[in-house]
Amino acid sequence: MNNGETLLNVRNLGINFAGLQALDDFNVQVAPEEIVGLIGPNGAGKTTVFNLLTNVYTPTKGSIDIEGNDTRGKSTHGVAQAGIARTFQNIRLFKNMTVIDNVKVALNNNLRCSMFETLLRLPTYWKEEREAEERALELLDVLNLRAHAYDLAGSLPYGAQRRLEIVRAIATNPKVLLLDEPAAGMNPSETAELMSNIRKIRDRFHVAIILIEHDMNLVMGVCERIIVLNYGLIIATGSPEEIRKNPTVIEAYLGQQRGE
Amino acid sequence: MKPTRLIDKTWFRYIINTIAVLLAFGLLVLLTGPTGEGGLLNKYMSQIFIPMGINIILAVSLNLTAGFLGQLPLGHAGFMSVGAYAAALFSIHTDFPKAISFPLSLIVGGIVAAIFGILIGLPALRLKGDYLAIITLGFGEIIRVIILNIPKITGGAYGLKGIPKDTTVISTFVCVVITLFLIHALIKSRHGRAIISIREDEIASEASGIPTTYYKVTTFSFSAFFAGIAGGLYAHFIGVLDPAEFGFMRSVEILVMVVLGGMGSIIGSVVAAGALTVLPEVLRGFSEYRMVVYSLLLIVVMVFKPSGLFGRYDFSLCGAASDIAKAIKKLTHRNKLGIHEEAGK
Repeated sequence: MNNGETLLNVRNLGINFAGLQALDDFNVQVAPEEIVGLIGPNGAGKTTVFNLLTNVYTPTKGSIDIEGNDTRGKSTHGVAQAGIARTFQNIRLFKNMTVIDNVKVALNNNLRCSMFETLLRLPTYWKEEREAEERALELLDVLNLRAHAYDLAGSLPYGAQRRLEIVRAIATNPKVLLLDEPAAGMNPSETAELMSNIRKIRDRFHVAIILIEHDMNLVMGVCERIIVLNYGLIIATGSPEEIRKNPTVIEAYLGQQRGE
Repeated sequence: MKPTRLIDKTWFRYIINTIAVLLAFGLLVLLTGPTGEGGLLNKYMSQIFIPMGINIILAVSLNLTAGFLGQLPLGHAGFMSVGAYAAALFSIHTDFPKAISFPLSLIVGGIVAAIFGILIGLPALRLKGDYLAIITLGFGEIIRVIILNIPKITGGAYGLKGIPKDTTVISTFVCVVITLFLIHALIKSRHGRAIISIREDEIASEASGIPTTYYKVTTFSFSAFFAGIAGGLYAHFIGVLDPAEFGFMRSVEILVMVVLGGMGSIIGSVVAAGALTVLPEVLRGFSEYRMVVYSLLLIVVMVFKPSGLFGRYDFSLCGAASDIAKAIKKLTHRNKLGIHEEAGK
């Protein structure tokens, strides 16, 4: 953590689905521009954490605040406006819209043109549309999607769709970016590219990144801190080195060795 | 890269579109005559343009919720009836001069329908898909039954009589043009993108910071507003309002136009609404078989083009012009290549 500053502060977060404690006592403090990995076996509650952070689920206990603003009681779009953006485990793009329009939808929060100005096509509308177009193209440039800007999002190859989802999340101008299995279905060279992209995004947009991932090369390579979840509880946190040697983590992943 | 267009200057596109609208207007006046009489067509044939225009407004406004927002309401006739009665009552109970009273009554009809749109939209839009269809169907029927049961205001089952017959072909045309412009302007804006993103993926839309409930209700009331305008035109066209006119079948009729034209295609709704209004008249020659022919046509289109005649195609005059220009270029280019090949031999 750099100089003890906290951007995102999650305390004692927990949720109970009709008796099933999916997550309990989840504590994490994320510093600005930190890259945190969230790993754990299937069903450990990783995506649940993301759904709680974005208020898709309402936590049964605990609190989340970003830069001191409590996000409890906010709607999902309210959380997005407060500065938490996410991608999805199974890609959720606006498939029948062009690539650039996908990004422009996410820019919506930063656009101010009222319904009245829009309908009458006042000069403010034209000015803002031009700015949105430029801004969207700039953002697409970051992950090399500019060439596809006017294609339908659904027609992009898989890897490009994953990248577009990240660009769309960035377009909401977040402070924290949540990536849910960004490397799923990617080959090693695409994963390597993704790793450099994740660092690039952090450095360029000054966001903190929390990522869920099963690809250990990516997690160990890019994360500064790793949190390991199992059965809804944090079983370890620490640097990649510490996590790799942690016996509890090894046990959770590989099971206990007999006779020891 | 950005698709290159023949005409890229926005202001120039606007001029071309304005000229096209004026040409269409001129043609209409030529056909029907400046007062609805004395044109190339007889009075009976001129009159068909009014229901045609009303149906276009209804279909395009329904397409906004069904095609662009991706929610399927079945109570569009309900909003039309609210607008029709509000506009008619305004005309009957006020004595402004006709030039003010008629347009004002249409706006009143639209606004009252929009208010109903918000009132119904707030609870109804919490539901999705089939549930939304059924609840809006219910609301449409409730509106009709209420109108039927307050005879002191609405005339009840006897109908509301004595509405000035102010709707002309020209005023309908003006309303159609304004509706098309406003709905197009809405779709091609940040608000429109937000609306379409809800159709595409509501969860992703919400996660991208779009207040989905706000946009759903706004779109719903926007759509109701234009249905109300269409209702006002209808009231001043027929002169007598009968609640039975605004039943469930009327809503389905409008929906058929939207589906046939293509959900999410404005030009599709315009063409389908126009064609389906004229078709029953054209088919009068087949006398009792005409509804069979009508239904068969619908089935044929749905079998061979399930996404509707136009799918999601969006028509723009300049876009079409550049497409044609490109096609011609391609053709001439191919010819040139052919010549080179021969020269090579």
